[in-house]
Amino acid sequence: MIEIERVSLQLQGAQILHDISLTLPKGGVTALVGPNGAGKSSLLSLIARLSPLQTGSIRIDGMPVDATPGSVLARRIAILRQDNAVASRLRVAELVGFGRFPHSRGRLDAKERALVAEAIARFDLTDLADRYLDTLSGGQRQRALVAMAYCQGTDYLMLDEPLNNLDMRYGRELMGTLRRLADGDGRSILIVLHDINHAAAYADRIVAMRCGRVVAVGTAAEIIDADLLERVFGFRMRVESIGGRRVVLHHR
Amino acid sequence: MHLCVGLALALLCAVSLFVGVGELSAGRLFGDPEQMRLMLVSRLPRTLAAVLAGAGLAIAGLVMQTLARNRFVEPATAGTAQSAEFGILLGVLVFPAASLAMKSLLASLAALAGTLVFLVIARRLPPQQPFLVPLVGLVYGGVVGAMVTFIAWRADLLQMIAVWTQGEFSGVLRGRYELLWIAAALVILAWWVADRLTIMSLGEQVSVGLGLDYRRMLLLGLAIVSVISAVTVVVIGNIPFVGLVVPAVVARLAGDNLRGALPLVGVCGAGLVLACDILGRVLRYPYEIPVGTVLGVVGAVIFLWLLARQTPHG
Ligand SMILES: Nc1ncnc2c1ncn2[C@@H]1O[C@H](COP(=O)(O)OP(=O)(O)OP(=O)(O)O)[C@@H](O)[C@H]1O
Ligand SMILES: [Mg+2]
Repeated sequence: MIEIERVSLQLQGAQILHDISLTLPKGGVTALVGPNGAGKSSLLSLIARLSPLQTGSIRIDGMPVDATPGSVLARRIAILRQDNAVASRLRVAELVGFGRFPHSRGRLDAKERALVAEAIARFDLTDLADRYLDTLSGGQRQRALVAMAYCQGTDYLMLDEPLNNLDMRYGRELMGTLRRLADGDGRSILIVLHDINHAAAYADRIVAMRCGRVVAVGTAAEIIDADLLERVFGFRMRVESIGGRRVVLHHR
Repeated sequence: MHLCVGLALALLCAVSLFVGVGELSAGRLFGDPEQMRLMLVSRLPRTLAAVLAGAGLAIAGLVMQTLARNRFVEPATAGTAQSAEFGILLGVLVFPAASLAMKSLLASLAALAGTLVFLVIARRLPPQQPFLVPLVGLVYGGVVGAMVTFIAWRADLLQMIAVWTQGEFSGVLRGRYELLWIAAALVILAWWVADRLTIMSLGEQVSVGLGLDYRRMLLLGLAIVSVISAVTVVVIGNIPFVGLVVPAVVARLAGDNLRGALPLVGVCGAGLVLACDILGRVLRYPYEIPVGTVLGVVGAVIFLWLLARQTPHG
């Protein structure tokens, strides 16, 4: 369970997050949606203790993120950030292998190596395993980074816009994989999405943010509503029902 | 590849042991006590010093590049070596009777502070312009170096600091190079934490995400860079370019995973310095050219070649 209590954030004099309180139960897929600059990445960074907490408290399974040793948290939460400029010349297999660092402290035995190989296969990277990252396409690199976060094998997996650069097929496969991780392995997935239809199709709950505030929390059925979406995103979009699913026609 | 590089270094060591003023031949070595003495007092220490300093400097460069997340910086030019000189100079002025070990300690502390300042500056530079970091490093190193020269000039110690600013091995004798084993110990330490250093090269946030104590690792890395540089400056003097070109060339061939690259960087660094020292011994035989000068030329050529080969996709 992730408990966020009265969290505010100020950066360079600007109020980025306003007094956010939110409780996310363990398990399932939670999608964080909202327009650019709403504060999704900022909130995720705070939850994953990548940026320092200024006010309020955040606890993951009861552990305060700002007072728990980093090495302990690294075995409970994994995060993929939105901007990942990897400048190092590493091979895909090496990068994914570093996802195991919190458990192996660098010594990859047979069991660890098997986990790395499984992650590589799961994200269809087997043919690219020996390639240097700087020789990959944007989507291939993104898959390697997602595989690294997945490989960390944590209860909580947080992904900030993991669909970036992915083509439709890999985007769909990734969402399916996350769904299976939540259903089969009982992992909790927290994911920032821009495609509201992906959120509607795969998430158990959707958290909608705007201007540093949580505007709405609910299931897809509750959130996918023309009026609510207009309040969140600031423009009107058609919502249709196709085969019993709500589909947002946002593109024109 | 590892095997070839290792063999090349062994060969260089053998050459180094038998090249120089004063004839030495392998055949007479064990029969003639005079020859054995020359070997043990001068040639062997000199060869070991070159190997230790070369490996140490190359790895210090690699670690510094990892910390600065920039492939074009090295301790010898970005202020670490100059700060070390500053520390020695202060030592000479304030505690004239200080031993070599004491001077090394002062040099290490000064190098640590000086490198920390550089890293703080480097982090504020925009990451989109990677060439700004080495440029600022050059200016910073230049400023600290100028300060050292100025103080030395006022204190009438210019002659003395020339010993540290210009690296050379001709003064290396038994009993005068052993501090360099500290560099060897730090190289082993760097290898021990190689995975952590590689993770650090992925950035602070990735490091924190993987549970690394980023600040502690930063300090450890700084200590490795500073102490290796300081000890080398105290014993040999400043040797430029090793820390720059060796990691760059090895990264081309073996990538940035330090666990694999580190031994290769160490061996290549040792080989490069040793080769340049041998070159310095034979070029104007029986006179010697300081290794710092030789490396200045050789290193610059390799560096220019690297720059010219820099392609957009690495
Ligand atoms: N370091 C910073 N200093 C000042 N303001 C910042 C900083 N980082 C982010 N912001 C501001 O905080 C706000 C929220 O940013 P954040 O990255 O959390 O948005 P987001 O919801 O993830 O947006 P996007 O969909 O574009 O990724 C933005 O207005 C941004 O300009
Ligand atoms: Mg964002």
